[in-house]
Amino acid sequence: MIKFKGINGWIVILLAVAGTMTTATPPSVEASSLSPGQTNRVFNIGEGEEYSRISDALEQVSDRDTIRIHPGVYREHQLIVAQSVVIIGIDRPVIDAGHQGEGFRIVADSVHIEGLEIRNVPTSHSRDHAAIRFDRVSGGKIIDNRFDDTFFGIYLARSHGVEIRDNQLRAYQTREAVSANGIHLWNSNHAVIAGNIINGHRDGIYLEYVENSEIYDNHAVNNIRYGLHFMFSDDCTYHRNRFEDNGAGVAVMYSKRVMMEDNEFLQNWGASSYGLLLKEITDSEIKHNNFSGNTTGIRAEGSDRVKIHYNRFQRNGWAIRITASSMDNMITQNNFIDNAFDVSTNSRQNNSTFEANYWDKYSGYDLKGDGYGDVPYRPVRLFSLIVERNPMALMLLRSMFVQILDLTERIMPTITPETLVDEKPLMSEVSL
Amino acid sequence: MIAKILKYQLRDVMRSKWIIAYALFFLGLTDILFRFGGDGVRVATSMMNVVLIVIPLASIILGAFYLYNTREYIEMLLCHPVKRHQLFWGMFLGLGLPLVLAFTGGVMVPFIYHGAGPEAWTAAGMLAFTGSMLTVIFVGIAYYLALRFDDRIKGLGLALVICLFFTVIYDGIILLVIYMFANYPLEKPVLALSLFNPIDLGRILLLLQFDISALMGLTGAVFRDFFGTVLGMAIALGSLLLWLFVPVYGGFRRFLYKDF
Amino acid sequence: MITIKELDKHYGALHALKSVEVDIAPGRITAVLGPNGAGKTTLIKSVLGLVKPDSGTITVDGTEVNGDSDYRRKIGYMPQIARYPENLTLQEIVDMIKDIRGYSGISGTSKHFSGDLDMELWDRFDLDTEKDKPFRTLSGGNRQKVSAVLAFLFRPKVLFLDEPSTGLDPVSSSILKDKILAEKKRGTTIILTSHIMSEVQELADQVVYLLEGRIYFELSVSDLLADTGQQTLERAIARKIGQNGAVASRNGMTQGHRPADGQNKPVHDHYAEREQTFVTEGGTS
Repeated sequence: MIKFKGINGWIVILLAVAGTMTTATPPSVEASSLSPGQTNRVFNIGEGEEYSRISDALEQVSDRDTIRIHPGVYREHQLIVAQSVVIIGIDRPVIDAGHQGEGFRIVADSVHIEGLEIRNVPTSHSRDHAAIRFDRVSGGKIIDNRFDDTFFGIYLARSHGVEIRDNQLRAYQTREAVSANGIHLWNSNHAVIAGNIINGHRDGIYLEYVENSEIYDNHAVNNIRYGLHFMFSDDCTYHRNRFEDNGAGVAVMYSKRVMMEDNEFLQNWGASSYGLLLKEITDSEIKHNNFSGNTTGIRAEGSDRVKIHYNRFQRNGWAIRITASSMDNMITQNNFIDNAFDVSTNSRQNNSTFEANYWDKYSGYDLKGDGYGDVPYRPVRLFSLIVERNPMALMLLRSMFVQILDLTERIMPTITPETLVDEKPLMSEVSL
Repeated sequence: MIAKILKYQLRDVMRSKWIIAYALFFLGLTDILFRFGGDGVRVATSMMNVVLIVIPLASIILGAFYLYNTREYIEMLLCHPVKRHQLFWGMFLGLGLPLVLAFTGGVMVPFIYHGAGPEAWTAAGMLAFTGSMLTVIFVGIAYYLALRFDDRIKGLGLALVICLFFTVIYDGIILLVIYMFANYPLEKPVLALSLFNPIDLGRILLLLQFDISALMGLTGAVFRDFFGTVLGMAIALGSLLLWLFVPVYGGFRRFLYKDF
Repeated sequence: MITIKELDKHYGALHALKSVEVDIAPGRITAVLGPNGAGKTTLIKSVLGLVKPDSGTITVDGTEVNGDSDYRRKIGYMPQIARYPENLTLQEIVDMIKDIRGYSGISGTSKHFSGDLDMELWDRFDLDTEKDKPFRTLSGGNRQKVSAVLAFLFRPKVLFLDEPSTGLDPVSSSILKDKILAEKKRGTTIILTSHIMSEVQELADQVVYLLEGRIYFELSVSDLLADTGQQTLERAIARKIGQNGAVASRNGMTQGHRPADGQNKPVHDHYAEREQTFVTEGGTS
């Protein structure tokens, strides 16, 4: 596993080196000396350079040209990129849209944008203004840019194979209605979203009708709604991401075959907040993730055949809340530590399997010495059912009375789901 | 004069076997939890359950026993030029302080030598504060009972009943209320109910420290809006202080006018 | 020295003291006697300030007892059952009482009229050998000795001795009696309760007899013996009460029926035991 990750990393670095080499070796001739129609020309933009405005240069370029933007603040907006060009910022020039409209609109394939800072893209209720929008293109790279106070940051519509890497996005709205997503993909396949930091947007990363895409090494923090939001997006993978202090962590909805691995879901607090919300998810896998300090670690509604294994659930209010409408899920080899409630459900029905997990509240013994407790463990407490029905009862948490109730129920289950039992609880933690 | 009485009182109590056993109980338990669990926050969380059950029970029983056993001693002292109010505070602090010290010492020392992060120290501090408050509150109730009832069987029996009531029965009543009036907005009445039980108050203060994410869930808004604000905290602390003041003052009045 | 006027005390329905009037003369030994439940303890506790009377006044050496504790500087008290903090040593207990009385750091002597504190009994009881033992390890007799030492320690003007020889061996008891008589000679006013009539006869000048919360009679010992023509105090009291036969039999005056040789230990123990249970049940005697 680690080895695979390592190789992947090397490939990434090689690609990046290759990318910079191609952009770093423009002909050393002056741009003005080139005649129109020639390829691989370089346009310099900035004070004392040939062009003072980016839009002027964009009107002149043709495919495979390079635009070098020198340091400075460029008060421009609605920059249409209609040719396959490389746009490079030197010492991070600032493009200030001045709350007038969108930043770049890319309508050509394989456009490369790197090293810019884009600011002040206005909030709009009628138009989806973005700092950089890809519209019906194939290929393209957005690398190492900063986005400050933009409505949408990066917006992909019907664009395939675009790579979004190492960008930092920062927004400042506090209400969901007037904010937009950091990285927004709609009807776009084969995207790579990696190494981005997204802070203060509505959803950090939003995917709708996206297939075969990979999302990794991103850090979504303090976003108003979700850190990552999946809708109708099959066959995607996300791994090594960190989701922290977002309104509600990660929501994965109406998708198939999603692979979720090595992510961290931390401190997502709130009345309807989760580390991870699964809604109508099928045939997916949740592996090696860390759920820590969330109101709810995982909430699963109507999700089938999801394999949840090798995860760590620590100090959550609820580690897993699973509705009875979820079928044939397999929960195994996880560590449950210091959660107020390990598992909670809404009915006496249970159609999922809990087996061979480590539960810190388990007090059984292992006389056989096979590493599994000889007495089954029932992770659903009576009190968690009481709380599901009467939320106010939560204030009795850790009361002696409640502990007596739980004990009675554990000895003689009458209300908690009979089949929700770990028959082989582990005696010691799974090493992850 | 209070200081003089207290000085000998402390000397006596600090040498007694049961106070040493009491301190060792907390020390041993905390230490074992450290050895098994490891991190300080976990230890403090586990100790929370113990504190909420053991401290009220131990304080009320020891308090009642102590006052019944020192009856002749109190009479003897009162034949000397000692004012009754001075003697009362001497006797009250003389038991309350050693109990608080034994508990806080027992819990805190393992935190020192096992080492704990700032988060664990906050948790341990909150635990020590709540435990200390519960100690003095229940010693106060015990003193009131022992001064109210000369019959020690009656006094001790009532102490046990009061303890049971606050640790178990009261919460059962709250749950019943929550169930019976499930269709009404219950937040405020239930919060108010919790103010009338010192153990519940202590428990909620600790919950906010340890299980905040759980509480921030369903009822989160209510708790945050109440206990999260300065006013809510002030009301909670004020209620605890009232719980301290009322029984102690009742005992104090009894002590002033009692026939020994 | 002690003047009690119209003292009244109820314990719920029980009328413990009924308008009691007593005047205890200075420099004499007065025995307060009476059957259990007659009100002896209540009377003495009222003077000590342990019991708050319903009405009436008590004056000790010119100071009215009204809740202020200062008049108790003039009083020494030896309780029937002594209990001190279990884990303090004998020395610490003495230090504590000295501390409370404001005599800390002052050491006493056993010489009678020299020094601020009277340590004679400490020396004669040989308590120095016991001084580092915690109170809980002391025998009943030694506990009683500590009480005696503390009662005499501050040279009080008034001494209350509640069953002083209980639990003491004959030698110690005799030492204590000598001390009591010596204090009387010094001019100390002494109030004594005892169930041992021979002891009362030996020590007391005056007898105050309580019955059902009233003063039944108040006479000097010599007058009492002369009046009744008896040799022993016990017989004299029995006769005195027999003069009002109806009252005596109704109240089960056990002392009156006791044979002459019943003045020694076994009988006294029996009484002490009864008194003790009564006190612990609520102090309403």
